[in-house]
Amino acid sequence: MKTKRIFIATTLILSVIAFSSCSKKEGCTDPLANNYDADADKDDGSCTYNATTGKLSFSFTHNFDGTPVSNTDFNQFNYINQNGDTLSLTKLRYLISDIRLYTSTGDSILIEGYKLVDVTNNTGLSWAPADDIPFGSYTGISFIFGFDSLDNTGNYVDLNSATWNWPAMLGGGYHFMQMEGKYRNNGSDSLYAYHMGTARPSMGVFEQNYFKADLGAITISNNANIEIKMNIAEWYKNPNTWVLNDFHSTLMPNYTAQIMMNQNGRSVFSLGTVSQ
Amino acid sequence: MNRILTYLFLSSCILLFSCAKKEGCTDPLSLNYDPEAEVDNGSCEYSSPTPYELNVPPLFAQNINPPFIPNNNPLTVEGVALGRKLFFDPILSGDGTQACASCHTPQFSFGESSQFSTGIDGIQGDRNAMPLFNMAWNWGNKFFWDGRAPHLEAQAIAPVVNPIEMHNTWINAIHSLQNHPQYPQLFEAAFETSIIDSILVTKAIAQFERTLISANSRFDQYLMGQISLTPSEINGFDVFMDETRGDCFHCHGNAANPLWTDNDFHNNGLDASFTDNGLGITTGDPNDNGKFKTPSLRNLAYSAPYMHDGRFATIDDVINHYSEGLVWSSTIDPLMKKVGQGGVQLTPQDKADLKAFLLSLSDPDFINNPDFQAP
Repeated sequence: MKTKRIFIATTLILSVIAFSSCSKKEGCTDPLANNYDADADKDDGSCTYNATTGKLSFSFTHNFDGTPVSNTDFNQFNYINQNGDTLSLTKLRYLISDIRLYTSTGDSILIEGYKLVDVTNNTGLSWAPADDIPFGSYTGISFIFGFDSLDNTGNYVDLNSATWNWPAMLGGGYHFMQMEGKYRNNGSDSLYAYHMGTARPSMGVFEQNYFKADLGAITISNNANIEIKMNIAEWYKNPNTWVLNDFHSTLMPNYTAQIMMNQNGRSVFSLGTVSQ
Repeated sequence: MNRILTYLFLSSCILLFSCAKKEGCTDPLSLNYDPEAEVDNGSCEYSSPTPYELNVPPLFAQNINPPFIPNNNPLTVEGVALGRKLFFDPILSGDGTQACASCHTPQFSFGESSQFSTGIDGIQGDRNAMPLFNMAWNWGNKFFWDGRAPHLEAQAIAPVVNPIEMHNTWINAIHSLQNHPQYPQLFEAAFETSIIDSILVTKAIAQFERTLISANSRFDQYLMGQISLTPSEINGFDVFMDETRGDCFHCHGNAANPLWTDNDFHNNGLDASFTDNGLGITTGDPNDNGKFKTPSLRNLAYSAPYMHDGRFATIDDVINHYSEGLVWSSTIDPLMKKVGQGGVQLTPQDKADLKAFLLSLSDPDFINNPDFQAP
């Protein structure tokens, strides 16, 4: 009989505990959370917080003084450059690397990596690096056109596979850009191959020829897609009016041409739509 | 209470008894059939093909993307062996006289020494048979001179039924294989079915073809630090890499790309107008007319004649074409930059050295590899 009494007592106590704990209000008990519930007595793991970082993706778009350019526009004499030459595109691919975001305190965040943008084959036109980027207002965003001197000494199997290498006799590393097509010259068609990479001022002497493309301030408040626009016409325009008849091919070992490409390239890129 | 205990005791006994039944594989057709097993426990094992480890050369592993092996056709020892047998067996042709190897002969770098292939009916085609090697590294997977086959398996479908090649029907070819004393077993071993069809035939052939790797030329050995090149070969490589001289590297690769092809399609200034539209036939885009696959420069010593139509009998002819023989046409590649002067105008010395370099890309181990000969 004594055992039975103890059993009944225990059962009663347990049920009181069980029912009273069930009646406690559950919810988010963290005052720092978005959905803090002041009435909640018991945290049920439902707290949500504002993200403070997100992912960036980049879309590369191309235009000729505002006219959109894609590979479906290739092989047609659609474009007139600053010098008045009518030209077509048959190939356009280029390398960008090391996107960087600048904070107001003078610090910067580097998104390491590179992308071979291949307009000809419609590949590499978007890039989604894995990095988490803190939200905030950045005073600038930039990337390296081509590879900087250190990156350009690396061995990249995907770029080798794309036959993207720059000859060792010209300083080695990789092409920064291959832009090819035809231009009309006094009624007849001629070929051009506007290839950019490391410059060679004289035999055995090499000069880094990458540049930093500054795209201006940007505010990141969510996962964001950032459009990077290339105005192809700028390669022929500013500050050097490009004369294809003088500079159409064998430009890789042509120091003057390489330096003019570098100068003209700085106004080629701009920030497009930022979707977030 | 006692009754309940009795039931419990009995049911426990039953449970224990059934546990004591011997478990194992009860399928007599399996590898591990256990005749004493009464309860099948799902442990039966069946013979399956042995995975074939593709031997990726160090220069490839270090410098370029991994080989492309389709998920639906992994390499197996049995599959490669079957593909090799099929490749060399005339059973696939309409009259049993021609094999793949008739036009893709090991000694010619799996190409052909005549300009055009002649089929079983004595009819000639209009393209030179392509040499075959390093095809697992053709990541774009466009095969034939005109890129019309979207993968290696699809490539192998075509010659069997081409009326000017092996001129067979697949129904007839499968019938011959199915009634052969060995093939059903070999397909069973490779694909776990003895029911043969054209898909499995081409899968096996493609497996064998993916093992055809060439990576031991003198130039490979030079890159590996094993040998030195001659001054002529060194200068020839400089000509190849120099945009002011040969400018060959834009399409044919460089020391960091051991394939010696960009696997892309170009119009290299052969003709003012086209009798063969090449890639344009495949894409239907007139801007692709006159473009053909860039062939690898490996094993040129064995694969004459050259170009899609085999028009050049010698390497000298090819070099002369790029030096003085270029012809303008509507889709000419901008890399043929000196077409106005007929070409890059190499000196006789540079031509000779370029040829010496090109010949250093020959790989005698490849054409003599016993694994690649008729079984």
